[in-house]
Amino acid sequence: MNIGILLKEGPYNHQAADTAYKFAEAAIAKGHKVDAIFLYNDGVINATRLGDPPQDDRNIAARWTELSQKHGVEVLACIAASKRRGINDDVMIDGGEITGLGTLTDIAIRNDRLLTFGD
Amino acid sequence: MSEEQDIKKIMHVMRRAPHGSIYTYEGLEMILIMAAYEQDLSVVFIGDGVYALKKGQETSGIGIKGFSRTFMALDGYDVEKLYVDRISLEERGLTEDDLVVDVEVMDSLEIGRLMTEQDVVIHH
Repeated sequence: MNIGILLKEGPYNHQAADTAYKFAEAAIAKGHKVDAIFLYNDGVINATRLGDPPQDDRNIAARWTELSQKHGVEVLACIAASKRRGINDDVMIDGGEITGLGTLTDIAIRNDRLLTFGD
Repeated sequence: MSEEQDIKKIMHVMRRAPHGSIYTYEGLEMILIMAAYEQDLSVVFIGDGVYALKKGQETSGIGIKGFSRTFMALDGYDVEKLYVDRISLEERGLTEDDLVVDVEVMDSLEIGRLMTEQDVVIHH
């Protein structure tokens, strides 16, 4: 099955980013294709490379880079939501990209499922 | 978009008061963009989401731009399927006459049935 993911909450403050990652990892392990993770609302904060979590904690930003580089998952941050929150190409994680809501619409159209993670 | 592609049924669920968080406003931004893609869009208002449509909102006191009028523009984007949960309205002492746009008031069960028909449901 081809799957798109919409992530609507930032990292650490909320479980959504962890659950979305765990879901993507499990779906890929089962042989499904995770096409893209689209970041919206505070979810765009997942796309900053400036985070520096303690060594003994998970690095959520690194997880997105891993999904992108190892599994070809597109990691996309909405431009309008990003501009509000100071996310741009200068702070973008490796493998991440700024895009528009039209891309989310394409993701919703071309995949078998769009799963939303957020409050 | 190519014509061979099926039209998808996409439902947006507004669940929150219009101010207090950004979910409703950014949800509306998403709906306006998706409206350009000629899919089968609908918007359902449940819980505090019904307040987004309330007439007479005055937001200058909270220093935030009001956007209730933008819902009136949805018709111009061919987003005509606006559904409101009957119990959510009643619980808040509201009627259809209190809302800025024409909507279809529905029972929760019917809204639930519509949700099961969708290809995509996005909550805000």
